[in-house]
Amino acid sequence: MSTFQLSRRHALTLGASIGVTFLANPVFALTTTAKRKLVVIVCRGAMDGLSVAVPIGDSNYANLRGDIAIPAKDALKLDSDFGLHPKLDGIYALARAGQARIAPAVAIPERIRSHFEAQDLLESGGAHLYGVSTGWLNRTLLSLAPGSAVSALSVGAQEPLILRGKAQVQSWSPGGRMTDEMDRVASVLQDLYKSDPLLGPALASGLSTEMTAEELGGDQAFQPRAVKKFATTTAKFLTKDGGPSIAVFSLDGFDTHANQGSSDGQLAIRLRSLDDVVTGLHEGLGDAWNDTALIAVTEFGRTARINGTRGTDHGTASTMILAGGALKKGGIVGDWPTLADNKLFENRDLAPTLDVRQVFKGMLADHMGVDRKALDTTVFPDSAIAPALTGLV
Amino acid sequence: MMASLESVIAVTRFGLGAQPQELQAASADPRGWLKNQIRKQGADQPKGKLPDTPDRVATLFTLRGEIKDLKQEKSHSDMKPEDFKGERKDIILPMLKGVRDEIFARTVLAAQTTAPFRERWTLFWANHFTVSSSKLQSAVLCGPFEREAIRPNVFGRFEDLLIASSTHPGMLIYLDQARSAGPDSMAGQFRDMGLNENLAREIMELHTVGADAGYTQADVTEFARALTGFSVGAKRDSRSEQGRFVYRSLLHEPGTRKVMGKTYADRGMDQAMHILKDLAAHPKTAEHISRKLAVHFVADDPPPSLIEKLKTSFLESRGDLSALASALIDAPEAWQPEAHKFKTPYEFIVSGYRAAGAAPADPQKEVVLPLTVLGQRPFASPQPNGWSDAASDWAAPGAMVKRLTWASRFAEYYTQQSASPVDAALSALGERVSGSLKTALTRAESRTEAFAILLMSPEFQRR
Repeated sequence: MSTFQLSRRHALTLGASIGVTFLANPVFALTTTAKRKLVVIVCRGAMDGLSVAVPIGDSNYANLRGDIAIPAKDALKLDSDFGLHPKLDGIYALARAGQARIAPAVAIPERIRSHFEAQDLLESGGAHLYGVSTGWLNRTLLSLAPGSAVSALSVGAQEPLILRGKAQVQSWSPGGRMTDEMDRVASVLQDLYKSDPLLGPALASGLSTEMTAEELGGDQAFQPRAVKKFATTTAKFLTKDGGPSIAVFSLDGFDTHANQGSSDGQLAIRLRSLDDVVTGLHEGLGDAWNDTALIAVTEFGRTARINGTRGTDHGTASTMILAGGALKKGGIVGDWPTLADNKLFENRDLAPTLDVRQVFKGMLADHMGVDRKALDTTVFPDSAIAPALTGLV
Repeated sequence: MMASLESVIAVTRFGLGAQPQELQAASADPRGWLKNQIRKQGADQPKGKLPDTPDRVATLFTLRGEIKDLKQEKSHSDMKPEDFKGERKDIILPMLKGVRDEIFARTVLAAQTTAPFRERWTLFWANHFTVSSSKLQSAVLCGPFEREAIRPNVFGRFEDLLIASSTHPGMLIYLDQARSAGPDSMAGQFRDMGLNENLAREIMELHTVGADAGYTQADVTEFARALTGFSVGAKRDSRSEQGRFVYRSLLHEPGTRKVMGKTYADRGMDQAMHILKDLAAHPKTAEHISRKLAVHFVADDPPPSLIEKLKTSFLESRGDLSALASALIDAPEAWQPEAHKFKTPYEFIVSGYRAAGAAPADPQKEVVLPLTVLGQRPFASPQPNGWSDAASDWAAPGAMVKRLTWASRFAEYYTQQSASPVDAALSALGERVSGSLKTALTRAESRTEAFAILLMSPEFQRR
């Protein structure tokens, strides 16, 4: 029998007691780096940017979109050019307070219209498809100082590619409440798993996180649709002493090929969930919101024109939402290419004016203190061509 | 008697995990035991009274009518929103219960079948041609789709399976084909209908040649134009057409199409059929399918020589899936002793029941709820590429805790109190049982605790 008899209470103290003795980047002292929070929400299925940040000032929009255009009177007006979808009222309130901005025409580095390949590229952070097999947030953790207090949490039953890689990350979803009998089984398993490089570290981390969730009162029964509750519990993880600084959510169901809807309907329901996650985090984080930056991003946008079944097909550029108390005030991020016929990419899609990596890199540099050279080479390989967009936080 | 390692591989890697006595049954001739499960007439069918597609669609029409009436009533009275919601739920509930019955019936089949390779092979194809419950209309057709389009065709020709899938109302509704119309068709000209390219794209990317096959957006659009007319009989159609595949020439885009370099004359429905047959026979399809099979059965990063063998079989047999199954069984690469694959939640739960010699009794509590918590509610793959086969997708820290929670509760109900824990382990895993697992089982406080440990052991989690 191994001497590594780990009860989950032990596991917790062990996880929390990993100290920090050394920091490579002295500008970001421990207290700063660990205090700063980064949340990434991956909206899967190609979220329709033209319904998220409605280009009310673009004269082509209404014609291109027909029935599914968001009427200018419904859009939550940001300025004379853009409004938010009416279901994004929580994010709109943040925008009014200077704590949310939109980047209306961003895209991944390659022009791909496959969901799965595009999500791979978005999350791996590669310059080309199949260039790297781990996630850019995982490589971010590796690029921070050894022993850095920054760790990451994925929320949901499956671990997304964006967090996969060599650095151990936590994951949590509701429904794992533990009993004392399970504690005993868990300690036996720690021994049986010691030569399994995948299951051993995963179970140890999972037990520690579940223990934390119970302490935080987040061990609620499983309710698949309660996204706001997920978000509040995640906020508790983020604000806990020694807790993770980075959290990732996945939302799916954005692939609206038919009957997409307008101010109400299929897409509106999904956008309501997105708004719930953001407001849940805002409420749950309390004062820590001021040190938080949040990015909501999708793999690509949808066709500029409505299709034959009152939906939209796979397109190119889409909208990215930035939020958080750490954000600097400002207008839209990046340029608006317009929806004029001769400006559409391949005569069908909104054309990109900004590479997603530029925003990610800017956030990681300014907000998380990631080294510039690491950003250009290891976190986002071969990405010097897409320079960090700084000054957002 | 200790079962041979090859029989353990046959039963766990190719099958669904051992039932009591199954290792013995397979041990004399593991390859023969597997090959005997291949049969031309296809997979087993789940038992129970499960309505077919036209029945399901008819119910859907009725419910839609009832909901319409309810909305009318609401607009003419002061019905409260919560009452409206409640009544709407009452209308939809029987439909959702039908989905649960389908999930339950196929899980019971998997837990009890004595031809588990046949069922695993079937589940692979059902996942390859995913129809998901993400919308109500496709939710009620997931079960019928699997029973009608997939199960009868899993040991026939790939081309027939592809056509069965691409013409089934479940797929046509799920991937938005049923209302897609050519811009120059009659419906496109006069009824404000238009093209939807969803099914065309996913057939090329997911079902056949794969995303790296070198096709372009123009190929996808051309194929989508050819597919216009593939539709589903609606309420206004004749009774014999309702809820069945119909070809509507009024929706079909006229003209010659060019897909992946080849020109297809306009012969109505046969135009798309011709393209489907060419896609089915394409070498890139053989490669795509072979890689996926190798990943599913053998390893997340499978040996290239195995993929090559499967590809050769696929091409030489012209897509004969019985021959392909035999080629997989004959490949030495598939019998390597290391267990690389990590069970998905569905495989884990099914193999748990098989180890206990039991089948689930309660559809909601024993099947739908645990699989939802573990992230793999049947028929509910979030995207049309189906469930992942990779360990890295399923072995997240939180997911391991969920497995432990499930195993502990399952053991409370299903531990065989007559057998010794070590014997139970040998009956499930034979030669795979390690010394340290034996020790742990012997030291457990109770048979129940020992069974939970067995279910969670690396030997049981991997196959």
